[in-house]
Amino acid sequence: MTEVALPEALPQPKRDLLPVLLPVMLALAMLPLIGSSSSWVTLTAASFAMGMMIFIMASGLTLVFGLMDVLNFGHGAFIAVGAYIATLVLLPLASWVQADSLLTNLAVLLPAALAAMAVSGALGLVVERVLILPVYGQHLKQILMTTGGLIVAEQTLYALWGPQIIPLPLPSALRGSFILGDVAISKYRVLAMLVGLTVFAGIQLVLNRTKIGLLIRAGVENREMVEALGYRIRRLFLGVFMTGSALAGLGGIMWALYREQVHASMGDELTVLVFIVVIIGGLGSIGGCFIGALLVAMVANYGGFLVPKLALVSNILLMVAILMWRPRGLYAVTSR
Amino acid sequence: MMILSGDPPRSRALSVLLVVIIAALAVAPFVFPGAKAMNVATKICIFAALVASYDLLLGYTGSVSFAHTMFYGIGSYAIAIALYSLGPNWGAVAIGLAVGLPLAALLALVIGLFSLRVEAIFFAMITLAVASAFLVLASQLSWLTGGEDGRSFQLPELLRPGTVIIPKDWIGVAVNGRTLTYYLIFIACAAMILALLRVVNSPFGRVLQAVRENRFRAEALGYRTVFHLTYANCLAALVAACAGALNALWLRYAGPDTSLSFAIMLDILLMVVIGGMGTMYGAIIGATIFILAQNYLQALMSIASNAATEAGLPLLPGLLHPDRWLLWLGLLFIFSVYFFPAGIVGRLRAGAGRAT
Repeated sequence: MTEVALPEALPQPKRDLLPVLLPVMLALAMLPLIGSSSSWVTLTAASFAMGMMIFIMASGLTLVFGLMDVLNFGHGAFIAVGAYIATLVLLPLASWVQADSLLTNLAVLLPAALAAMAVSGALGLVVERVLILPVYGQHLKQILMTTGGLIVAEQTLYALWGPQIIPLPLPSALRGSFILGDVAISKYRVLAMLVGLTVFAGIQLVLNRTKIGLLIRAGVENREMVEALGYRIRRLFLGVFMTGSALAGLGGIMWALYREQVHASMGDELTVLVFIVVIIGGLGSIGGCFIGALLVAMVANYGGFLVPKLALVSNILLMVAILMWRPRGLYAVTSR
Repeated sequence: MMILSGDPPRSRALSVLLVVIIAALAVAPFVFPGAKAMNVATKICIFAALVASYDLLLGYTGSVSFAHTMFYGIGSYAIAIALYSLGPNWGAVAIGLAVGLPLAALLALVIGLFSLRVEAIFFAMITLAVASAFLVLASQLSWLTGGEDGRSFQLPELLRPGTVIIPKDWIGVAVNGRTLTYYLIFIACAAMILALLRVVNSPFGRVLQAVRENRFRAEALGYRTVFHLTYANCLAALVAACAGALNALWLRYAGPDTSLSFAIMLDILLMVVIGGMGTMYGAIIGATIFILAQNYLQALMSIASNAATEAGLPLLPGLLHPDRWLLWLGLLFIFSVYFFPAGIVGRLRAGAGRAT
């Protein structure tokens, strides 16, 4: 009796864990340099929180690029719009924001965040239809169009709200820190971490466990094939674009509360940071974007603590180092 | 024809427009001697050259760079720092140029080799990141650059306003060091634009256009596209640095706001697109229209804004406020990408093509 060789399991895609270990290794390597373990924990928590906020802003950009090969230079506009919309809710309800109860605070933060997401999502719809649709498939024009969109959005914000910086105080229940032994972690950072992880988990769930996610992933890999199978990928793309814009709006309000101020130029400043994250992560990869955001935040926090002058260019150095190692970013999803 | 490298404007309206602009600039110190008018004329000259060098990248190779102001700033700061620390003499000017220009070219080479291997988009993002880091660096290294305040300096004796060459009572207008500086800038910028026109009409320029149209095919024909693109990037950086140096000479000052800021980058982008990408002449037209608008449209908007306030209209006063002029130019920018991507020059040429 001859043995029938069992059919081998389907070849699994090779797991590439090295990039995942990178932030962990970086954090551990910094421990002896920083010396005191309590400041190390504080810094690590701070980087984690900052990384989560950057991730929320960057995730939409990377997906939009991966799916439709559209790079939105106006992504920062959604961030700024989100922050301004939040002030519309938070400033009139200042008494609720200042109330000393977590529930009241959240009861005003939640609608503010939802309003920010709704408005920037709706703006995403307009931008996609008006600016991106006509120049679809032409990189040069896309860059020009979306840059123009950024100028117009920023100037409109100036026209409507004026050029001054709007202070946006943190809700009182979120001020201060949790103190464990001699480690202090500010409460707002904990909230930022929770929101960031929820968004990350949500995106991963949708991408990996739902039909829409399957289509998005298939679209990233081979757009024509998905279209040939009869799916309207344009509509799918519109959905992703709006979600990405809404997430940018959410990131905008979180960043505004983190800095406790709102200004129309925050869009430009964050665009650069978000681009660096997206490049480091590999265009189109959510996992890469997550790790990229963490790395950028860690380098900023540790760098700012150890060598303050270096922090100014640390992002660029990080990007150069990563691209020397992997020229297409940590996880190159698309072949483009 | 020789001086235009066999690439004439190819449209009567365009030729007339160019002749008018250049003639006006050539006689500006005698016809418009006011301080503001002179500043506008100088800015048009400098930006025409700067925008032309950017057009070499954007229009002829199709790669979007956001680091062009960085090179412009390197030129400005090189002159400013040299004259500030070595005193007002010609040796310092020479040293500034000898340090600044190679530095700009070297940086362009590194960025090019690093990021032009892949997609245009990658280049755009990397240049944006590098330029923003440079801006932060320039405003933080205050011992060298003067930080946010920048560096003011004195010019060599010959170029100072106090140096009178032809007194006022001879021909009605005083010819002083300032006039001399203006003509130095005018001639240098004209030379740079003509040189760029030469470059884009050379075989090298043809290869750049081939790369823009179809990079894969250009590569298949045996051209090393990375080499060509990087070379173009270095050339553009050199011209931008020269323009920056001239700007510093005129302003007697270099600071982050006048030479490095992201706003200038957007201005350059608007000028190229409105003037017409890939035409070189578009740079002159675009710079002239934009800078005239920047200096005189605002006055008009202020009148309109006040009128709207008096009429009690909501929202309009804010939208028409003179500080918001960029909003309208941004809209114009989007419309030009949309409806006439070849800009004013392309439009005029298309009109001429139909007429013949």
